[in-house]
Amino acid sequence: MSETTLGGIAGRMPKFLRRADPAVVTAFACIVVLLLLGSLYSRSFLSPEYLLQQLKVASFLGVIATGMMLVILLGQIDLSVPWSVATGAMMACAAAAYGSVGVALAIPFGVLCGVAIGLVNGIGVAYLRIPSMIITLATNAVAQGLMVVYTGGFSPQDSATAAMRYLATGFTIPGVPNAVIIWALIGAAMVFVLTRTSFGRAVYGIGNRERAAYLSGIDTRRIVLIAFAVSGGLSAFGGVLLAGYASKAAQSMGDAYLLPSIAAVVLGGTSILGGRGSYLGTVAGVILITLLQSILSVMQMPEAGRQIIYGAVIVSMLLLYGRAPASR
Amino acid sequence: MKDWRYWLAEQRGTLLAFGIFIVMFAIYSANHPAGFTANVVQTAANKGVLLAFVAMAQTLVVITAGIDLSVGMIFTLTNCMASWLVIGTGLETAFGVLAVLGTGLLCGAVNGAIVIYGRLQPIVATIATGAVFFGLALLLRPVPGGSVNEDLADFLTGRFFGVVPASLVALLVIVLVVWVPFSRSELGRAAYAAGSSETAAYMSGVPIRRGKFLAYTLAGLLAAIGGLFLTFFTYTGEAAYASGNAYTLFSIAAVVLGGVSLFGGKGSAIGAIFGALAFRTIGDLLFVFDFDPLWQPLFQGVILLIAVSLGAFALFRVRNRLEWFL
Repeated sequence: MSETTLGGIAGRMPKFLRRADPAVVTAFACIVVLLLLGSLYSRSFLSPEYLLQQLKVASFLGVIATGMMLVILLGQIDLSVPWSVATGAMMACAAAAYGSVGVALAIPFGVLCGVAIGLVNGIGVAYLRIPSMIITLATNAVAQGLMVVYTGGFSPQDSATAAMRYLATGFTIPGVPNAVIIWALIGAAMVFVLTRTSFGRAVYGIGNRERAAYLSGIDTRRIVLIAFAVSGGLSAFGGVLLAGYASKAAQSMGDAYLLPSIAAVVLGGTSILGGRGSYLGTVAGVILITLLQSILSVMQMPEAGRQIIYGAVIVSMLLLYGRAPASR
Repeated sequence: MKDWRYWLAEQRGTLLAFGIFIVMFAIYSANHPAGFTANVVQTAANKGVLLAFVAMAQTLVVITAGIDLSVGMIFTLTNCMASWLVIGTGLETAFGVLAVLGTGLLCGAVNGAIVIYGRLQPIVATIATGAVFFGLALLLRPVPGGSVNEDLADFLTGRFFGVVPASLVALLVIVLVVWVPFSRSELGRAAYAAGSSETAAYMSGVPIRRGKFLAYTLAGLLAAIGGLFLTFFTYTGEAAYASGNAYTLFSIAAVVLGGVSLFGGKGSAIGAIFGALAFRTIGDLLFVFDFDPLWQPLFQGVILLIAVSLGAFALFRVRNRLEWFL
């Protein structure tokens, strides 16, 4: 419905503006405003190094938000992100402790653990028809329980492999952090899947009305299952990258990613009821959230103030353009 | 259908939760080293009542087909507030209690206003307001500390006549003062109707907005009562992110166990209370069987997973596959 095509740039500007999703435009406008506000505070805010650093930090959230977006497009939600992230990170680091085979398989193993969590979510939502909010909270609790038992309640001592560190902090192309490239690749794949494949069509269809999608011959349960598995895998991959960035996993490393990933998707104009939204919007949402966090920390705001401003900004932005239609 | 059969069908979830609780508590007290004594009951009651209050709060919102992911944070915020205010002379303490409860009401009203008049989805809106409430809690208590009027705390966490746990009596009073009038009022009925079918309720001229707003507001109040009791038990205030989140999660588990439908319009706070007590007892079963406490989070998670999967049995009764999609 509200597709934002970059191809529209080729046409006349007014036409592009007319075709663009107002939510995405607002999100990008907010990014510009934030950058301007930041540059008033400090000169270095508009320097390429700083912006690239922000993009690198944003890419972790970007990877996680990609999975979240897929699930939200279905009209569902994935609240198991915190411990999918932590499980991916911890399991990848744990695998690294088992010799050279373990080191080689660390990243796939971490991601697979996330896929497993996602599969449980997907089976619960698609086949057992449990509301996604509930089943994902439950799997989140189970994943937490498993990790607490595994680590004995302390942060694990294993550290990230060289490959994980390289993915998160290295440079393949000079000047462009690897994490950003990874996000770009995942994002491109997501755009392709959403716009060019029947799977993507089915995701939008289910988000609009699952019953209609089912009647038009889509195996909706399989699509939902796959979407949740992908979301779990991407969350875990985000965790793997984060572990590479910090060179180890930590107990509550995923807690800081639940609200931001949902907020990034929703601020990017994707309807939380599903069926509507573009990946470009999610990119805008991720950058917006990252910039907001960065500005708050540059201003040396204490944690309490950050939480308050953060929540308030998200509510007010949603009030600006994320409202549901009124009852007739 | 005959009257009593209708009543039985209506209360099935609540009765089931009551049954689960009785069985679990029987196993618990039979295996407890001290046996079924007033002390054991008092400790269990004090732990269970906290979750019961938060679960009641969650029930009110869930009935309207919404969800409040900020209840745990309201609980934490009011705990931190109470550790500053509920202290001193009788009058000061009373003022403190009122201020804490008022804060809870305000938090609930903010949630309600954003969800109903701002027309945002409850999930996103309450996660965001939860962040704000947690930030405020952190502002009040950057490090754990504070104190509380210990006379009042000991009175409300002790026993009446040496047998009846005071916290259970308090819970009963709150049920009689808040839940019973609400569920029997016109606005309470509107909250149920809104959860059952918002469109139909709107078309029939039911005051759904006011009903839902009242539900969210009272949810804030009940979470604040929970926070107040937490302060009475611990004598301190602490802005603990993990504990706030855990209470939100457990409140949903308790609501599900208590037979409240997450699609709205069905269930009662009484069911949720027994759900909460049962959930707590199940968690504590590990201790009487001498398991490593490290296993508790996993155990609670698995219980939660099983509890939410039980609802899937209704699928076997579905004849028409289209009914999968509600």
